[in-house]
Amino acid sequence: MAYKINAADCTGCGACEAECPSRAIRMKGDVYAINPDKCTECAGKFDSPQCVGACPSDCISKL
Amino acid sequence: MRKVAAVAARMPQLSVVGIAGPGDALADWRHTFETFELISRQFPDIKLCLSTNGLALPDHVERIKALKVDHVTITINMVDPAVGEDIYAWVFYDHKRHTGREAARILHERQIEGLRLLVEAGILVKVNSVMIPGINDDHLGTVNEAVRSHGAFLHNVMPMISDPAHGTRFGLEGRRGPTPAALKQLQDQLGGGARLMKHCRQCRADAVGLLGQDLSQDFTMDRVAEMATEDRPDERRLYRELVERERQDRDQAARIAEREIEVAVNAPPLLVAACSRGGGRINQHFGHAREFQLYEVDGNGIRFVGHRRADHYCQGGYGEEDKLEAVVKALDGVSVLLAARIGSCPSDRLKQAGITVVTDHAHDYIETAVAAVYRAHLAAAAPPAPAVARAS
Repeated sequence: MAYKINAADCTGCGACEAECPSRAIRMKGDVYAINPDKCTECAGKFDSPQCVGACPSDCISKL
Repeated sequence: MRKVAAVAARMPQLSVVGIAGPGDALADWRHTFETFELISRQFPDIKLCLSTNGLALPDHVERIKALKVDHVTITINMVDPAVGEDIYAWVFYDHKRHTGREAARILHERQIEGLRLLVEAGILVKVNSVMIPGINDDHLGTVNEAVRSHGAFLHNVMPMISDPAHGTRFGLEGRRGPTPAALKQLQDQLGGGARLMKHCRQCRADAVGLLGQDLSQDFTMDRVAEMATEDRPDERRLYRELVERERQDRDQAARIAEREIEVAVNAPPLLVAACSRGGGRINQHFGHAREFQLYEVDGNGIRFVGHRRADHYCQGGYGEEDKLEAVVKALDGVSVLLAARIGSCPSDRLKQAGITVVTDHAHDYIETAVAAVYRAHLAAAAPPAPAVARAS
């Protein structure tokens, strides 16, 4: 149960990191990556995964 | 922070550090404010500024005030959600993605609220608007009125940069940016409203340098890592004192120049382009000019009205001849070009295009030179004055 960032389309803007309630997103080189062990898909906190909604490149999808 | 320290150690001109991204400076507000705190602790004399689309702005006004941010720029491209829905595909607000007119309405309300709260808090607010032909070009007058009534101290209308290679939506759709003439017409129209900014060069958010002289390539993160960072605040102070003296000197020259042309009350204005490396002087060879400063002059005075770029990366073109043709196109509407020097070939081409080239004023202040060419222009255009003044 986790989301992943498609590194090829990530621009490194950091919008996802700022929204993540689980602190599951970190910078990895020039782009961001989601730690699948920490990602909760925002279950119980929000109606929809926050990183997916915030990403301007629409490059976050289900693992 | 490392970059700021490296720039400060090398450039006494450093006076402002701004944060404009990545994406939006307030989307990732934790990093933005943390960086501001580090900078103001180490360089208390350096001004801070912030640039944002305003969506998150109302939530952060208190922090911005506490950090003594000198000024904030909000990009406001519309004040009507019906216009906004053609500009913004969606916004992420209150933990949800909103689309269509609702998205534009939320953004608009947050932008105006943020502007109002900043003005109330006594923080200078500049508004940037991107002119998008066919979308908001007819609407920016309304935007100008709105931001002025809410207390913005400066309004900057800039052309959309549109190139399919940048991958932006409008770029991919083939929507073109405005021509220099269309931009100037709109800026002239808005001139009576909030003070309009004319010196914007649309630098990148991560730019390092001076107006018209981008030094970002000298301060890439790789290079910065090897640079010394010992601070030299005294050099910054001396530089600022020098700038202040030069500014007063130039102001005085401009006042004298304006007095000389006061006589020409009803004569039509003249558009003059100047090649300058800075300091307000005609001190650049035409061939080295990457941009031209435009001045409009008539009996009411001399006004800086903007700049035109000679090397705009969106204009394309290869080889010297193409470059010259791009320059001629950029100088559309200009009657006189002032340069320190110019080669004979470009000089001939400009004359052919109806532009008078003047190099007699090398190293003069621009205003002094503009007043002189205006008087020469009037003398050439007007019939000879009667030799004896008749009493009437």
